[in-house]
Amino acid sequence: MPLKIGIPRALLYYHYYPAWKTFFETLGAEVVLSAQTTKSILDTGVRLAVDEACLPVKLYLGHLADLRDKGVDFVFVPRMVSVEKKRYLCPKFLGLPEMARFGVGDLPGLLDTEINVHQKYRETRSNIHALGRRFTRAPWRVSHALREAKKAQAAYETALRSGRTPRDVLDGQAGQSKDPKIRVALLGHSYNLNDPFISMNLIERLREQGAQVITSEMLRPQDICRGAACLQKDIFWTLGKDLMGAAFHLLDNGGIDGLVLVASFGCGPDSLLCELVERAYRRDRRVPVLFLTLDEHTGEAGIVTRVEAFCDMLLWRRAI
Amino acid sequence: MKVTYPHMGSLSLAMHGLLSGLALEVIPPPPITRKTIDLGVLHSPEFACFPLKVNMGNFIEALSAGADTIVMAGGTGPCRFGYYAEVQREILKDLGFDFQMIVLEPPQGQADLLLERLKPLCARVSRRKLASLLFLTWRRIKAMDRLHARLLQVRAHEAEQGSATRAYEQVLARLAEARSVRELELALREGLAALEAVPARPPGETLKIGLVGEIYMLLEPYANLQVEKVLGEMGVTVERSIYISAWIMEHLVLSSLRLKGSRQVKKAAAPYLNHFVGGHGWESVGETVLYARRGFDGVIHILPFTCTPEIVAQSILPVVSAATGIPVISFSLDEQSGEAGFITRLEAFVDLLRQRRSGRKIYASGQR
Repeated sequence: MPLKIGIPRALLYYHYYPAWKTFFETLGAEVVLSAQTTKSILDTGVRLAVDEACLPVKLYLGHLADLRDKGVDFVFVPRMVSVEKKRYLCPKFLGLPEMARFGVGDLPGLLDTEINVHQKYRETRSNIHALGRRFTRAPWRVSHALREAKKAQAAYETALRSGRTPRDVLDGQAGQSKDPKIRVALLGHSYNLNDPFISMNLIERLREQGAQVITSEMLRPQDICRGAACLQKDIFWTLGKDLMGAAFHLLDNGGIDGLVLVASFGCGPDSLLCELVERAYRRDRRVPVLFLTLDEHTGEAGIVTRVEAFCDMLLWRRAI
Repeated sequence: MKVTYPHMGSLSLAMHGLLSGLALEVIPPPPITRKTIDLGVLHSPEFACFPLKVNMGNFIEALSAGADTIVMAGGTGPCRFGYYAEVQREILKDLGFDFQMIVLEPPQGQADLLLERLKPLCARVSRRKLASLLFLTWRRIKAMDRLHARLLQVRAHEAEQGSATRAYEQVLARLAEARSVRELELALREGLAALEAVPARPPGETLKIGLVGEIYMLLEPYANLQVEKVLGEMGVTVERSIYISAWIMEHLVLSSLRLKGSRQVKKAAAPYLNHFVGGHGWESVGETVLYARRGFDGVIHILPFTCTPEIVAQSILPVVSAATGIPVISFSLDEQSGEAGFITRLEAFVDLLRQRRSGRKIYASGQR
């Protein structure tokens, strides 16, 4: 019987799932995903987390509870501190294994490998190897799995850059509508935008309105870096840099008709970064911005109305 | 150049001394009032943490009073405080203020970089003067912190409510004005004596409560709704886990010498949280464990609403509380906090601790 590794369909799943899946499967383990988000998964998460935790963390705990009930041998809850030099992920990722362990009761074994490229580059490497060695005795098999994982990740990122969203690729969906009438940039955390339940199917709704949706994953890394270079101070959050870089790049030469910003209620980094993006767009006066805030109380009708009104306005602007 | 700075407890007094010692014209921000908060909230991002909003209020009031240079601290993440200055500058620019912002970042082992940033501020004094001024400021901060720690103990025993606070404020003003280390030492010695001389109630047992949480919220009395004073006047001995002198020692001095401080706190936190989470989240957990070990009656955890590092700590503190047996209460505060509700909750918490302690004693003496 292969070991069953549970991966929650939340947070960095949308960034790194292909690499994680390939890594574990090459080592002979079986990867089990939690179910698609439902109301009951979210409710469970809301109950398990402290009140003030942000929506994606609550959702993550809900997915972990789902995996626990599925009877997996381990759950993969890495401590993702930093994935590039001089930049961190949001503080919630730094304490995620603890929030998982203390929030969700009776969890199976926790694989809480620390990934910290900025401060502990070598240790991160040996951490990943130590993780692999739990499944095999042969070091070369771990190295092989790591190589395969990198290949899978590269292929995933290439697929994203062809204009598909993480959900399109991960769930094998068609992607963009045939002849889009407007180009809309949709910026925010991938784990909010791509979860059809908590984003109220935002991507699909925009596409139904005749929009071609552009997310930061579809842009080339060098464009994002150039966009982020407009700032006086380097951003020390990786996901924040992607958002800001994409926003500034698209403002300068993206040819977009509108920008939809999505943040979860009380999101620390976004509270500052979205403010800067809104101000930059307002000063520029060319591209309209719609700013949506999501939490577990968000009403679908309100979101739909605002998205429709925004798209109508963009279409009219085109017609003028 | 007319310089201003944000308020942060008694640190702003030391900051004022330092800047005016540099022969600069200093325009201190007016004391924080409801108007400051309203101004700050109006012009800040909705979900920004409370300290950013108070800073904004300070800056707007100081710039309106004629300041043209802001001295602000920075950081390198992952706490969003490190990005405050960038956002504040953009907002103030949009408001039409003409000013420059000098951001002092923790040097992370590069003390020369910090000095480079300080250059425009230090142009008017000689290096020797600067060195002695920095030393004086450092001693001033240490003296203020020592005085404050003593106040928290004395206040719990004062016979007449408010007498300890009055004595403290008088000495604090003297410390702020001291021009030399000798004057400072004298003021501190006399100040500590003045605190001792505050008439005390007949001796009895007092509760001991530790304060943990985010640094700004702990240091700025306006932001924490004067939690120390409220508790002290209920007859509770308070100990605050964060002092700016200790923070400077660890983050500016030891880290630039590549030494690690506060091992004890991190070791204490390890069974519950063995990694930094930005801000003071790690320390909040560790200090709570230490207070439990030292036999404190309870811990109060204070965080600004939406502070991610402290939310991580908040998720872990119930487990710490269950494992070590120390009661913990978290308060997340911002511009919406009402004083009456806050005090009621504090009173209820203190009542519970009192009952808990007397219950324990009855149990121990076999009267049950």
